[in-house]
Amino acid sequence: MKVSILQFPGTNCEYDTQNAFEQLGATTEIVWHKSETIPADTNLLVVAGGFSYGDYLRSGAIAKFSPVMKAVKEYVSKGGKVLGICNGFQVLTESGLLPGALKRNESLHFISKHHTLKVVNNDNVFLENLNEGDVVNIPIAHHDGNFYIDQEGLKDLYANNQVLLKYSDAQGNDKNPNGSVDSIAGICNKEKNVFGLMPHPERAMETILGSNDGVKMLLGFLK
Amino acid sequence: MKVIVNVSLKAGVLDSQGKAVHHALDSLHFEGVSDVRVGKQIIFKLDTQDEVKARKDVTQMCEDLLANTVIEDYEIELIK
Repeated sequence: MKVSILQFPGTNCEYDTQNAFEQLGATTEIVWHKSETIPADTNLLVVAGGFSYGDYLRSGAIAKFSPVMKAVKEYVSKGGKVLGICNGFQVLTESGLLPGALKRNESLHFISKHHTLKVVNNDNVFLENLNEGDVVNIPIAHHDGNFYIDQEGLKDLYANNQVLLKYSDAQGNDKNPNGSVDSIAGICNKEKNVFGLMPHPERAMETILGSNDGVKMLLGFLK
Repeated sequence: MKVIVNVSLKAGVLDSQGKAVHHALDSLHFEGVSDVRVGKQIIFKLDTQDEVKARKDVTQMCEDLLANTVIEDYEIELIK
């Protein structure tokens, strides 16, 4: 099982992501954004979190033109699995690989804390180790995590079971930290091979560090 | 020619920064303020005098990079 992890100038979660997947038994490779190909034996491609290009202009706006993104689009069109975490989610929406956009948090604050999330749909490879309605405790750390999509787009997301995770309280009731439409924290594309979420499952791998709920999530990809 | 591109959130997309600025203006007792929007301005020179071509090129720049049309509108101003 091979996980390739994209690295742009300003990415800063690539080594956490590498550590998380290696802990679960995967082999990993970090792929610099100038690469025009992704490793042929890749089973999962992760667009890691951080601040690609310093978030200049908009989060993810400049990264989408990096040479590697052409290869990413080809990989996706052939059914390859992609997971975008935090800034990776922003890069995927900017590239049009996922619908919607991530705006500045409604409070205008950078939010960094553990937050509970409710699993809305597990009919996908990412969350199939969890049950619908499960609540997981995963860290969030973002300034631009306010998910926006218009009403039409939102209807489509629900109709195709693309809404995966919502911010919630410990009982699973909606609790919205950043102003996201319908408290949405994570989605996938229609074909269910591109996944994006603002919370960081790769930072929830050890109970001693607050939570290991990320293990169940990331394990979904390692079959 | 000089190009000025103004990018702001679409009408109907909540502008939290605009709202915060509006509150600050209220608390300074400026009256009659409404519809505060915070946007960004991108200014550059373009090496052409052909206004039609310039507008076409800059529109493409906005669609591709300068604005995210899912949430933002843009306005282009060309100054010869």
